[in-house]
Amino acid sequence: MVDKEIRDKYTIVVGLEVHAQLLTNSKIFATDSTQYGEAPNTNISAITLGHPGTLPKLNKKVVVYAIKMGLACGCEISRYNIFDRKNYFYPDLPKGYQITQDKTPICLGGGIPIKLGNGVRKTIKLNRIHLEEDAGKSMHLEGQTETLVDFNRAGVPLVEIVTEPDIRSSEEAYAVLTEIRKLVKYLEICDGNMEEGSLRCDANVSVMRKGAQEYGKKVEVKNMNSFRNVQRAIDHEAERQILLLEKGHAILSETRTFDADTGTTAAIRTKEELNDYRYFPEPDLCPFVVSDQWLEEISAAMPSLPQELYQKFVERYELPEYDAEVLTDTKEIAAYFEAICLQTQHYKSASNWIMGPVKSFLNESGITMDQFPISPDRLAELIDLVAADKVSFAIASQKVFPYLLQHPQMPAAQAIEKLNLKQDSNTDNIKPLIAEVLADFPQKVQEYRQGKKGLLGMFMGEVMKRSKGKANPKIANELLRKELS
Amino acid sequence: MKIDRETVRKIAHLARLEFDEQAEDQIKDSMTEILDWVEQLNEVDTTDIQPLTNMSLEVNKFREDHIGEHLSHQSGLLNAPKKDQHYFRVPKVLD
Repeated sequence: MVDKEIRDKYTIVVGLEVHAQLLTNSKIFATDSTQYGEAPNTNISAITLGHPGTLPKLNKKVVVYAIKMGLACGCEISRYNIFDRKNYFYPDLPKGYQITQDKTPICLGGGIPIKLGNGVRKTIKLNRIHLEEDAGKSMHLEGQTETLVDFNRAGVPLVEIVTEPDIRSSEEAYAVLTEIRKLVKYLEICDGNMEEGSLRCDANVSVMRKGAQEYGKKVEVKNMNSFRNVQRAIDHEAERQILLLEKGHAILSETRTFDADTGTTAAIRTKEELNDYRYFPEPDLCPFVVSDQWLEEISAAMPSLPQELYQKFVERYELPEYDAEVLTDTKEIAAYFEAICLQTQHYKSASNWIMGPVKSFLNESGITMDQFPISPDRLAELIDLVAADKVSFAIASQKVFPYLLQHPQMPAAQAIEKLNLKQDSNTDNIKPLIAEVLADFPQKVQEYRQGKKGLLGMFMGEVMKRSKGKANPKIANELLRKELS
Repeated sequence: MKIDRETVRKIAHLARLEFDEQAEDQIKDSMTEILDWVEQLNEVDTTDIQPLTNMSLEVNKFREDHIGEHLSHQSGLLNAPKKDQHYFRVPKVLD
């Protein structure tokens, strides 16, 4: 571990390259399926396998998805686009080149706004987002002299999102990734699953003395299969570089792989010794042009984005920032909240219900919001009944809510009726219970009157218990205070 | 433009080709000749002219996102120099 004092002499500089597999049915240049998890070498075609004489044909949806991502990140959309060949030899690349966009990335500039733990907001600038095809998958088995290759993934459409070296800590890198995943999921262009490899991230890491004008030599770190591991890899790599510099050694510009078991990085041999990809325009594909009209159509079909919803939840529904953050975590939760708000004015209660009982039910049962059985209208009914003192929140969340989960078709008022849980606000019913409790605990009553006011909770608890939870707590509390004074 | 032996070796490596000394000299001369010939194009003034990246004048040739016919697993593996029941097999590559 490097001393904090030494670490503080350096600035960490990180840029990310994030690959997102696009959720299309077919591949970017061929009609084979992109379905994950199929038997090896079954999602293949002559184009995918790079047979001679085959010609690629561009999937239109891929272009639309990339433009959506660009619009969501405030990028400039390139109107005139060509593809380029990136040439290198590797067994998982059947053609000997990857079709990508080098000269005309479909999206330029833009940025990803992030919020850090200390509340600081910052926008990480993007360099570009471009389209390309994924490679096949090679498996190197321990002790074997051969490598196995599966081409199901070859030709699956990707966008590569490249940030500027604007990131200054592993925490910022984590936040950028979280935002990117949130965005692609809101846009429904990628499932954001890092474990299955539909979202992948490489990090370019360098360090420099504070105040230095020039960046240090950068190291590319690969093979991180979770956000947490990206964070760990950056921390380790920055520390390794600082230690080297402190000892007077130079940093080697190289590619390193992250080992999740040890939390360290190790140098790997590069794919191409000379790293000369000899890009040139792909002659098999004609250019594509994004017209004003097409761009407007895509723009008009954009869903609400997390940032917009966050603003709306804070301003229009007057939610605390924390609530807005939690409710915009996924598109489905945000939509559910908004649907409730169409039926009730009690926005903060709606938020509490979702962040509390609803989320804990989702966590416990392992389902997602879109599978949640109770409709937003139904929950809005329950929220209004609580607000109208027809039932207490405690009873509503502990008794009515589980009942509605089992009977999602039943109106909330009817469920309360059925369970005989209607809140009792009738003082004539509550007063005898209070008298009963006070008679049962004469000693405590005396203590209370001598100043031990904390006992009120105990009395309330007894009254509620004897009313089977149905007594209106506000009224019971008032009556109790009166009797005790 | 004169191609030197170093450049020939670099390009041969990138293309995974091997030449003996004699062939190296031959290819060196051929490449120099080709480049000299192409360099005639430098005589034309191309200011304000966009590079031509495709021989056809077509744009926006898209296909819809439909799944089409696949190559069967057996046919796909048919011509592989080495394979097993599921995979193409290649000499071990170290990452």
